[in-house]
Formats: sequence, structure tokens, C-alpha cells
Amino acid sequence: MSSQCKFKRYIWELPVRWSHWVNAACIVILAVTGLFIASPASVGRAPSAFSMGWVRFVHFVAAYTFTVSVASRVVWSFLGNKYAAWREFFPLLTAKGREKTLAMLRYYLFMDKEVPETIGHNPLATTAYALLFFLYLLMIVTGFSLYATHAPQGILFTLFGWVQVVFSTQSIRLIHHLSMYAIFGFVVNHIYSAWLMDIKEHGAEVSSMFSGYRFTIHRKDD
Amino acid sequence: MKRASGDEKQIPGEEEFGSPFWEKRGVSRRDFMKFCTAMTAALSLPSSMIPRVAAALENDNRISIIWVEFQSCTGDTEALLRASSPTVAEIVLDVLSIDYSETIMAAAGHQAEEARARTIKERAGKYIAVVEGSIPTRDNGAYCCIGGRSALDLARELCNNALATIAVGTCASYGGIPAAAPNPSRAVGLSQAVPGATVINLPGCPVNTDNLVATIVHFLTFGRLPPVDGKGRPLFAYGKKIHDNCERRAHFDAGQYVEAWGDQAHRKGHCLYKMGCKGPATFHNCPIQKYNEKTAWPVGSGHGCAGCSEPAFWDTMSPFYRRLPNVPGFGIEATADKIGLGLVAAAAAGFGVHGALNALRKDREPGENTREEG
Ligand code: HEM
Ligand code: HEM
Ligand code: SF4
Repeated sequence: MSSQCKFKRYIWELPVRWSHWVNAACIVILAVTGLFIASPASVGRAPSAFSMGWVRFVHFVAAYTFTVSVASRVVWSFLGNKYAAWREFFPLLTAKGREKTLAMLRYYLFMDKEVPETIGHNPLATTAYALLFFLYLLMIVTGFSLYATHAPQGILFTLFGWVQVVFSTQSIRLIHHLSMYAIFGFVVNHIYSAWLMDIKEHGAEVSSMFSGYRFTIHRKDD
Repeated sequence: MKRASGDEKQIPGEEEFGSPFWEKRGVSRRDFMKFCTAMTAALSLPSSMIPRVAAALENDNRISIIWVEFQSCTGDTEALLRASSPTVAEIVLDVLSIDYSETIMAAAGHQAEEARARTIKERAGKYIAVVEGSIPTRDNGAYCCIGGRSALDLARELCNNALATIAVGTCASYGGIPAAAPNPSRAVGLSQAVPGATVINLPGCPVNTDNLVATIVHFLTFGRLPPVDGKGRPLFAYGKKIHDNCERRAHFDAGQYVEAWGDQAHRKGHCLYKMGCKGPATFHNCPIQKYNEKTAWPVGSGHGCAGCSEPAFWDTMSPFYRRLPNVPGFGIEATADKIGLGLVAAAAAGFGVHGALNALRKDREPGENTREEG
């Protein structure tokens, strides 16, 4: 238990929290439906059934939701507070960021005992988030490029059709499929780390993603 | 002109033109108009265009065709020649005066090569070149020579002097099977071998004769090649995925799949998605035009689409009986799912160990030295 007095601070603004949970929900839905699309069960009793039809429909609705949510988070990284800013995601670009990341890495590798406190994002985590956003982008580009093939004269194909010319449709399918597992790899790491830092930092890490508040030693106006 | 019975629907434009030219060749007015209608439909043009197509074909403005073959199996020529009845399509090609074609011409050897050289010279800028087969580029194209000249050299001369070039079949379009990895002769398709030429691609293994004739008819009617997609293929024939026009599509949406060759679902004609059908990745009008006088096509006959009309299909569409490609760098037996699950399991195991070690260690909370300012 903490022996220090901590102050409540508002860190995660509403758009950050919303996009986080919308993304998480969408990813779960997209992964479940995606895995069904990848190896469907023969559940149709009659040719008039629509099981694959509905699964694909849900995948595409979730895909649009996910895309809007990711895009709004990107926009918010220019409008929101400093904890949401895009700079947070590239800590390795600044000397201070590198120092903080190194401290966090040393802690993770059991080289240091002292838990480094972070007010906003954990710098090690944001490096992973930058990679994750790259995966998001990859899923969106490959997904829409597969999706656009149903109407090769349409606007979506104009936007994403070039991917089909550069890579083959089959490679895009494979990239889309494998990147899902890369996201799973991230999620395993992420939930574990959120849990770990919640226990170690005593800053209400997990609940901060719901409430927006974290607890820190310094008061805001210090 | 005779009609079989008075109550048959009149085809637009039927009465408007006389066609002594076709009647001389034993093609009735009715058959001729039927053909024009079919071509107009194949080109996805409105039926109001039928008279225009008919008028273009009635004109006696013959166009020479030079049909050459490089690295190919002659499948495209065969597809054309094996059309079971002497169709108007065949006659159109006849009328077009095929001035050179290794497989069907009577001349041979130097005589034949001379005929080709003469046509190219005399009709420069006025003939259509049809190219079948890929062109090897390694060692200056030494791996395919005709009459002592390389295919590369011949293709440059032929295509740069042509009004337009039609690459028939996947090999001529994209290199096809000779270009499959490791591509020993470094074979390429025509538009890559002769970058400056006006080329339209009609990939497929073999080319669909209806699409070939429709392309020529479009050219005769409008004086230019039909609009193409990003891969140089005419939109009228390659504008839709096979999957989106497939007769088994209802079974795909329903969730009725063939799980093994010859199972109940296979016998009932269910969807071949799980057997590796590449219809969802392939643009072609096979489900509509079909082959063999519009009687059959692979999926209709119970075999998945192999994706033969897409670039590099031999490499990218294989394994033909699996839905996803193999993951480069992993063994044949490793599927994307096994690799992905392995990755996730490794991550989970790693963090599991990390968590266990963490539970054992005693560490300090953030204090004065490790707190963050700001
Ligand atoms: C985190 C996000 C996503 C995940 C985990 C995911 C997962 C998957 C999986 C596993 C497949 C099956 C791939 C295969 O084996 O062929 C798939 C297919 C597909 N996904 Fe996604 N996906 C995601 C996002 C998207 C997005 C943003 C789109 C955009 C529209 C999209 C569109 C598609 C399409 C069109 C297919 C192919 C459907 C078909 O062939 O019928 N996906 N997805
Ligand atoms: C599909 C599942 C998930 C994905 C893809 C995901 C992704 C992310 C991303 C991208 C961020 C950065 C937020 C931003 O700045 O916009 C984040 C932060 C966070 N997530 Fe998740 N998340 C997932 C599930 C969860 C779950 C289940 C929890 C709770 C146990 C959680 C807890 C947190 C916390 C506490 C933070 C803030 C921590 C920090 O950055 O320092 N996440 N997550
Ligand atoms: S058989 Fe092939 S092309 Fe036809 S619906 Fe099934 S997957 Fe699509």
C-alpha cells in the first residue's frame, strides 16, 4: 500500500477513452468475424440462409466504425491535451524520452527496483502503440482494398485499388490475416502491462482508461 | 431475308442494313444480327448500340492481323480453332485476314518469315498484332528465337508498327507460367517487353475467344481499344470478380461449403471457397461468357478457380487447393494460423514468466527520484 499522498489528475480526455474502448470492442468483433471468414463452418441449412452474409456484414460495419474511431484518435492527437499528443508516441525521438524509456526498460528487465512514475503514457508502451497504429493502418488499407474489389469502378477502389496492383490480392489477404495475430500479440502484452503497472505504480492505471483520472505524487499546479 | 416465324422478337436494327458480304459467306442475316447482339452484350454496351456494331462489321474495311507465338503452349490458338461450329466469330477473324500465324498458315520457313516482314512493312500502322506467349529477356532474349531472331526483337518490330496489340492469354499479358518462380528465362509479358507499344491484355488460360472477338469488334466499331483497368485488361471482360458473378455464390453467402472432394456438398454444387477457390481474388467474366460454346467453366464443373487471369497467378494463387498462400520463409505445412497462434502463445508465455518473476520481487513505489515533473 502506498505510504505517499497522491493527487488526482485528469489525464485521458473523453475522445481518448472513447476511441480506446471503441477500438477494443471493434477489434474483438473484427477478429471473431474475421476468423469465421477465414475458415467458415458450413452452418447454412438452405441456400437461402445468410450466415456468411451476416458475418461479413458485421465485419464491414465494425470495420467502418473502427476506421472512424482510429481516424478521430489521430485527429485528437493534434487537438487534445499534451498526454494525447502525437509526440507522446515517439519518445525515442527526444533525449528526455529516450532516458525515460530506458528507465522503464530497465525496470521491466528486472535491472532496477524503483518503479518509474509516468503521468501520461508509459514511454515503453507508446512505442508499442506507434507500432500498433501502424498495424491499424495496415488492417484498414488491406481491408478496404479487399473490400473495394466488389466494385472496381467505385471510389473505394480508386482510393485503395493501387494496393492490388502493387501486391497481389492473395498477398493482401495473407497480410490482413497475419496482422490480426500481430495485434493479438500486442493485446496480450498490453493487458498484462496495464495490469502490472496498475499494481506497481499505484496510480489507478486500469481505471484511468474509464474515468480519465490518474494519481500522482505531484499536484497539478506544483 | 427469311424469318423462321413471324412472332419472333425483332432484334433492333435487324432490318436496317443489307449484308451481301455476309450472305456470300453463308451467314444468314439473322445469325449475323444475333452475333452483333451477343457482342454488344459482351462489351456491356446498351442494346441501342447494336446497329452501330452491325454497321461497323458490315463495312468491308478489313484489317490485317498478325498472330505471333512466343513462349506458349498454343492454348490460345487452340481455344480459337477448337470452337466447335464455324461461328461468325471465326469468320470475323477470317475476314480480318490473319496474314501470319505460325500454327494455321500454309507457308513455312523463310517463306513465312518473308510474308510477315512484308506485311509489317506494307501495312505499318494499319494492322493489329496478336501476341500469344511470354517473351524471355535473359541473355538478350536468346531463349526464344524464330528464324534466327529473338522474340524480344521480333516483338519490338511487330508491336511498335502496329495500330494496336492484343496480348492473348496470361503468358503474353504478364509472363504467365514461363515467368513463374524462379523464372529461368526471365520471361515477361508484352507490355513489359515493349514498353512503348499500345497493348491491351486479355489474360486467361486460355484466352476466352468471345472476349478476343469482342475486343476486335469494339476496335472496328469505335476505332479504339475498349477502356481498361489498372492491369491493362478491358473492363467489359475483367470488370467484376468471378466471386461476384459466380453461380455458387448463394451457397457462399448461405454458409454451404464443400469440405472434401466428392462429399455431399460437392455433389450438390455448394461453394468451393474452402477448397481453395480463387474466385474472390480474380477478375474475369468466366461465369458469364464461359468456355466451350458457353457450356462450361471450371467452377461450374466443380473445381475451384485457379486465378489464371491475374498477374503471377502461378506464384500468388498457389497452393491452388488452399485459401491462403504459404507464408514466405516458413515450411509448406505451416499455415498462417499456426504461425499466428505460435506468436501469440510465445508472447503469452513470455509475459507469464515475467509476471511470475514480478510477483517474487519486491520493488519500491515511485519516489522522489523517479517521479515525473509536470
Ligand atoms: C483489427 C482489425 C481487423 C481484423 C482483426 C480483421 C480480421 C480479418 C480476418 C482474419 C479476415 C480473414 C482473412 C482471410 O483469411 O482471408 C478478414 C477478412 C476481411 N476483412 Fe478484416 N479485419 C480487420 C479490419 C478490417 C477493416 C478495417 C476492413 C475494411 C473494410 C476489413 C475488411 C475485410 C475484408 C473485405 C475481408 C475479406 C472478406 C471476404 O473475403 O469475404 N477488415 N478480416
Ligand atoms: C483490443 C484490445 C486493446 C487494444 C488494441 C488497446 C490499445 C490501446 C492503445 C492504442 C492505447 C493508447 C491510448 C491512446 O493514447 O489513444 C491504450 C491505452 C491503455 N489501455 Fe488499452 N487496448 C486494449 C484493451 C485494453 C484493456 C482490456 C485494458 C484494461 C485492462 C486496457 C487498458 C489500457 C490502459 C490502462 C491504457 C493507458 C495506459 C498508458 O498508455 O499508459 N486496454 N490501449
Ligand atoms: S465457388 Fe469460388 S467463386 Fe464461386 S462463390 Fe464459392 S468462392 Fe466464390
